[in-house]
Amino acid sequence: MTTHFIAHDAADTVGVVVVEKVLAGQEVNGWIMETDETVTIKALVEVPLGHKLALADIQNDDTIVKYGNDIGRAVSDIPKGGYVHVHNVKTKRW
Amino acid sequence: MENWPQSFFGYRRENGRVGVRNHVLILPVDDISNAAVEMVGHNIKGTLAIPHSYGRLQFGADLELFFRTIIGTGRNPNVAAVVVIGIEPGWTQRVVDGISLTGKPVSGFSIEGGGDLATVAKASRQAQEYVQWATELQREECPLSDLWISVKCGESDTTSGLGSNPAVGDLMDKLDPFGVHLCFGETSELTGAEQVCANRSSNPEAKEKFLNTWNAYNDFILENKTNDLSESQPTKGNIAGGLTTIEEKAFGNLQKIGKKTNFIDVLEPAEEPTKGPGLYFMDTSSAAAECVTLQAAAGFTVHLFPTGQGNVIGNPIEPVIKLTANPNTAVTMSEHIDLDVSGILKREMNLDQAGNELVNITVRTANGRHTCAESLGHREFVLTKLFRSA
Repeated sequence: MTTHFIAHDAADTVGVVVVEKVLAGQEVNGWIMETDETVTIKALVEVPLGHKLALADIQNDDTIVKYGNDIGRAVSDIPKGGYVHVHNVKTKRW
Repeated sequence: MENWPQSFFGYRRENGRVGVRNHVLILPVDDISNAAVEMVGHNIKGTLAIPHSYGRLQFGADLELFFRTIIGTGRNPNVAAVVVIGIEPGWTQRVVDGISLTGKPVSGFSIEGGGDLATVAKASRQAQEYVQWATELQREECPLSDLWISVKCGESDTTSGLGSNPAVGDLMDKLDPFGVHLCFGETSELTGAEQVCANRSSNPEAKEKFLNTWNAYNDFILENKTNDLSESQPTKGNIAGGLTTIEEKAFGNLQKIGKKTNFIDVLEPAEEPTKGPGLYFMDTSSAAAECVTLQAAAGFTVHLFPTGQGNVIGNPIEPVIKLTANPNTAVTMSEHIDLDVSGILKREMNLDQAGNELVNITVRTANGRHTCAESLGHREFVLTKLFRSA
């Protein structure tokens, strides 16, 4: 079974794509490293290698969690299976 | 029982520390002594000459760091004996005295009044004696607690945060309970994770020292910046690779200290640890060669270097083990990669297995196996300079 994305912690709201890309509408398998669990979600858009998928529905201003830690906040709603990057997430620092 | 060796074979030095290499170092005090140092290195086979660019007209904290780095390099237990050459006798003797406190053989030679050729003749005879003595030393079995391991990553990408950095962290979590000395640095690259990092201290003093160190760096950035840094951190290349925020980048870096291991003290650049076994944070540049040079000068004897896109760094006295989780780098730069953990990305290997493999290659390297960087002749010896000379 192909692993399409990896998440570090069970608490993470994003996972990182580890295949060349995932396609819009594709059922994709994820590995939660902390718990060694497998999860399957539907990718809503194409996301390239090394980039992030939303693992849950994220509301505007929600904290994004990766490595079990706060890595920034959403600046728009992001649906589960959506693409998470600089267009919809900003640091809280500046 | 763990899946790795419980001991390694190293050179026990006069002060009780254990080296994993047995270098006879030809060490210049200053830039203008490099020619003489290289002549001795050429004359006497089996020596290691390490020219550098500084050592004249430095002052204050910059001069203190210079001496700490040069003397610390000579003191490192991977070095059996040292020939020191400087232009004048005063600073030459200061370096000799600092190294001789370890009890290892060390001699100083100064060039003024005699010239390069006479100095090289005398220094070469001394170096020959040292090599013939050092090459008879034997490795002996030592517990893992005699290992001093430093870490720093470079040319990172998203595979670093996913695989190679957590593999290093797994090694730390496994070896910290054995009483190994461990060290991480990179003050600037922890920005975004500084509060979480501060909370990974084992005591309030270490936490306060860490935050003071990080704040001093941050104040310098705030004084010199012209915008909010979101154009610089993460870099355009980081963003293209999928990193979104400075926090995400910093947490990827912080994976190197594992999940359980807390740091017990904060070190100045090139400062030797004095609080016993455990993890130390050192205030360092995030430039690879500078950072490893400072860690080696503090006495660390094996270095772990996770890379994504493929950094090629080595160090003259501290073997640098490189690992990558990037499957492309593992193939296209295979002569630089000591351990391929790209199986993590395909779920063919978990972190526990990657950590075990890393402990094994670390012990094999300590036992004498040359790293990729050593076999390719990477000897980057780069001193950190704090400010302009007088």
